Amino acid sequence: MPTIFVDDRAIEAKTGDNLLEVLLSNGIDVPYFCWHPAMGSVGACRQCAVVGYANPDDTRGRIIMSCMTPVTEGARFSVEAENATSFRNSVVENLMLNHPHDCPVCEEGGECHLQDMTVMVGHSDRRYKGLKTTFRNQYLGPLIGHEMNRCITCYRCVRYYQDYAGGDDLAAFGSRDRVFFGRAEPGVLDNEFSGNLVEVCPTGVFTDKTLSKHYSRKWDLQSAPTVCQACSLGCNTYTSERYGEVRRVHNRYHNEVNGYFLCDRGRFGAQHVNSPKRIPGAGIRNAGGLYEPVSIADALDKVKGLLTGKVIGIGSPRASLESNEALRQLVGADNYCNGMTSTEREMHGVILEVLASNLSVPTMMEVETFDAILVVGEDVTNHAPRLALSIRQAVRNIGQQLAADTGISQWHDAAVRELEQDEKSPLVILSPMTDRLDDIASDTHRLAPNDIVSMVEQIIEAIDEDKPSDAKDIASTLLAAKRPLIISGTSLSSPNILKVSANLAAALARKNPSTGIFLCASEVNSVGVAMIDNTGNAEELLGNRSETVIVLENDIDTRLGSALLDEVRNLVVIDAMDNPTTSRSSIVLPAASFAEAEGTFVNNEGRAQRSMATFNPAGDITPGYQLLSALGGDHLSASGWQQKLTAEHASLAGVVTCAPDEQFRIEGSRIARMTHRASGRTAMLADVSVHEPQQPLDTESPLAFTMEGNQTRAPASLRPYTWSPGWNSNQSIHKFQDEVGGPDKSGTTGTRLFTGSTELTGFELSEEASANLIGQVHIFGSDELSNEAAELSTLIPQPYARMSSATAASLEVSHHDGLAFGDIIMTVLVDDEVAERCVVYPMIPGTEALGSAQLSELQKVAGYTSPSDPLRPSLITTDRTS
Amino acid sequence: MDMILKAIWSQLVTLFEVLRHTFTKADTVEYPEEMPYLAPRYRGRIVLTRDPDGEERCVACNLCAVVCPVDCIALQKTEDDHGRWYPEFFRINFSRCIMCGMCEEACPTYAIQLTPDFEMCEYDRQNMVYEKEHLLISGQGKYHGYSFYNVSGKSIEDKDKGEARNEAPPVDVRSLLP
Ligand code: SF4
Ligand code: SF4
Ligand code: SF4
Ligand code: SF4
Ligand code: FES
Repeated sequence: MPTIFVDDRAIEAKTGDNLLEVLLSNGIDVPYFCWHPAMGSVGACRQCAVVGYANPDDTRGRIIMSCMTPVTEGARFSVEAENATSFRNSVVENLMLNHPHDCPVCEEGGECHLQDMTVMVGHSDRRYKGLKTTFRNQYLGPLIGHEMNRCITCYRCVRYYQDYAGGDDLAAFGSRDRVFFGRAEPGVLDNEFSGNLVEVCPTGVFTDKTLSKHYSRKWDLQSAPTVCQACSLGCNTYTSERYGEVRRVHNRYHNEVNGYFLCDRGRFGAQHVNSPKRIPGAGIRNAGGLYEPVSIADALDKVKGLLTGKVIGIGSPRASLESNEALRQLVGADNYCNGMTSTEREMHGVILEVLASNLSVPTMMEVETFDAILVVGEDVTNHAPRLALSIRQAVRNIGQQLAADTGISQWHDAAVRELEQDEKSPLVILSPMTDRLDDIASDTHRLAPNDIVSMVEQIIEAIDEDKPSDAKDIASTLLAAKRPLIISGTSLSSPNILKVSANLAAALARKNPSTGIFLCASEVNSVGVAMIDNTGNAEELLGNRSETVIVLENDIDTRLGSALLDEVRNLVVIDAMDNPTTSRSSIVLPAASFAEAEGTFVNNEGRAQRSMATFNPAGDITPGYQLLSALGGDHLSASGWQQKLTAEHASLAGVVTCAPDEQFRIEGSRIARMTHRASGRTAMLADVSVHEPQQPLDTESPLAFTMEGNQTRAPASLRPYTWSPGWNSNQSIHKFQDEVGGPDKSGTTGTRLFTGSTELTGFELSEEASANLIGQVHIFGSDELSNEAAELSTLIPQPYARMSSATAASLEVSHHDGLAFGDIIMTVLVDDEVAERCVVYPMIPGTEALGSAQLSELQKVAGYTSPSDPLRPSLITTDRTS
Repeated sequence: MDMILKAIWSQLVTLFEVLRHTFTKADTVEYPEEMPYLAPRYRGRIVLTRDPDGEERCVACNLCAVVCPVDCIALQKTEDDHGRWYPEFFRINFSRCIMCGMCEEACPTYAIQLTPDFEMCEYDRQNMVYEKEHLLISGQGKYHGYSFYNVSGKSIEDKDKGEARNEAPPVDVRSLLP
């Protein structure tokens, strides 16, 4: 740990950090633009200038860029020297020469890094009288807005989009003061992580279009720490509300899970909370078959009346642990099931066994440290999107190793990338069709699901044997690595794929204990509900004829087939959203969405994480566990259920400890969900009544639905947004980190529930029918809830049937023909990257029936006209572009 | 002793001054029979004004709302087909307003202005809640000639990129000339 002197103050610097990181980590504010904690330095913006002195006698020093300066023992610097401050001031002044007079109509205003830095250096007056350069904007799709005039050419966007996220349709164009950041042609941004541009760009060039549609300044948003509901990775998010609507989702830094970035499904999918399909109140179906709206109390009374005989409770992997446990206790453990199909239960059983085993399961951030990765039949980018971003960093390990060997610091981004050129650490993908990670893969194999299993079996054999084959090549790649990683998951719905991946990891681990295995689960709480109960079989329970069935936030009709519910007399559905199951219920109770209820969720690595309610739901909408509590008569709060969970299930002990309980206070005060600058308190509701109502009380958590209370000192698991004086944007996160890029000062949030000690004996593979119709998960389209988000829903593809030319020939169809199964009509796409004898269809609303179809049942449609590009929805591609 | 004499003297002077004022002309007027003169900068009822082209000046930036010490302004941004920001609703709860004028100070567009009208009495407090339709006047108010969109870089209907004050025409990004 070198000691450096900054303005004569001695500072312990972390070895390997650059000066800017050291200064920020030690609470010294230095303005910057192009440096990013996850992307390192390129020294492009010249904003982070300080004075560096050559030796103890040097009094003049020279201007250096702190982000490009390694720290060495005894080095002396000055941040406050006059020439440094005036240099920094003139940099901002130059950046502002062409800046439009836009703050009042800029979505970034109030959380703009450029505003913050301008105020920090004290620049206030534009002396230059020349004309401002202007640009035309582009249409970039329904998610991201573009306003090029505001650009300060820091290059963060292209460095993020191309270098970090692997996108190829956003670049810097033009020359001199005409440099333009956008696409070659207007069009929807293709990368699944484009939403991060909103946070990466320090200005208002790239903004959140979905937020702009119902815009609120950051200071007016009521926010809470939440857990993303859109896949099993459990990324940490801030969900923000104003006027009873979810307005936006921002990244919530977690040093082990999502780091600084989210995927677009997570960022933009949460707007499903505002869907017109939300159920606003309780309803009872009358004799005429129509719903009659009733008060929640009446509905609960009616349900209580039905609870006399045997009642079946069907839980849900998208409901919280609290709600599932409340249901389980209401109906009794024997009558509860977690609501997954048998295949899903089998797959998550495997995941649980792996988590409990002594195989090492890395966190998502640790994935970036593995130097050889084998992806076994998991469509990472579509099914566990954020992980793809980590894999993209992992393949850079070889380059980073090169840099380390040459003595180049890892933060020296341009130099490291120059050195690594196209060298990539090995990434082998076994999949039935093209994968979004193909561009960085060293080896890809297109295999039908069953063949993937046999390929992995061969790899396991090849680990010990020495016969040349494809499998041998993969085996030697894995054996040669210091830290090999096996990634698999549930996207192909094949338990064997998970089992064989675990077997492979176990075999490798016997040779190399640093082997890791990362299994992606299906939904936000699949692992959690499997831990509550993975044996209850929905088919069996429903088959046994029961008078009353309570379904909790689960579309059983679609998931298990509609026939299962045919015999049920009283179907009580607790859900937030209208769906086929809800619409056949006899009583429906309005559940709160994730943004309105507290809940604990267990992600794919077995980490229990608490998601807090962002706002108080309207009217009768009530959190699921409260409805069930009321039915059971015990009226427990969320903390109460967390305690019950811990008491009932030894494995869930961490549920209580993963975040402070409702009694937590900071010097007697709660944590305010609103900023201290929140506006409109005495006018927001004045149209209804001029007498302001009391702020809603939060009886469930230590947070408060007001602006009164503490915020900046809240622990990470309860902190509702990041803000620090002078740092209004999300860049303020470093004020809360132990050190730049490190854990939060309050520790890492969430509790990993597995210690992993049991020896994995190896899974017996089961008989699996060979699937030839393969459902492909789509990041936009395959998630029940985010499909209802207004803007994301425009990106759902249209039905297609992708197959190789040989398969097409055998089905007697050609490219852009129509192929039908029942009333599902798909456009044929001939693509030789699809495994032989396989037809790939998208798992989107309406194609569920294909899950049980056979190739031979597909019929060619006569006289079919295909949409121009079924993968791209029929978007209106002309938007205001000026 | 000195102190006590000084104090008594001071009391006598005060009494005298008060007595003397009985014979000077009164500053107060017989309101409402007689209307006092109020300068245009007087801080009374708040209005929303229009720009010289007759368009709403307010761009829904929320600065007035955030600066308001009693939080009595609430609004919501929306946008027209050409990208012009304006408030979907704009509400001032005058029963809370303290006429401090901070909103006018904060407003970057001269949209919100205080006027010399102080006569705001209602039997029903609910009537003190003003919506946009009650606030928006058809003129420019105290500040003439200013139009925010003429200085902003955002394009709106009838004002393209490069047409704002001090702006060069949009660059040709495909040009590689030095
Ligand atoms: S980018 Fe920042 S400084 Fe520029 S107009 Fe937007 S808010 Fe203002
Ligand atoms: S668009 Fe944003 S991120 Fe990209 S160079 Fe300009 S200011 Fe930087
Ligand atoms: S990767 Fe999954 S958990 Fe993370 S933001 Fe995307 S959908 Fe949400
Ligand atoms: S400060 Fe002015 S422009 Fe901004 S919202 Fe208020 S009235 Fe409108
Ligand atoms: S942050 Fe150091 S040069 Fe940009």
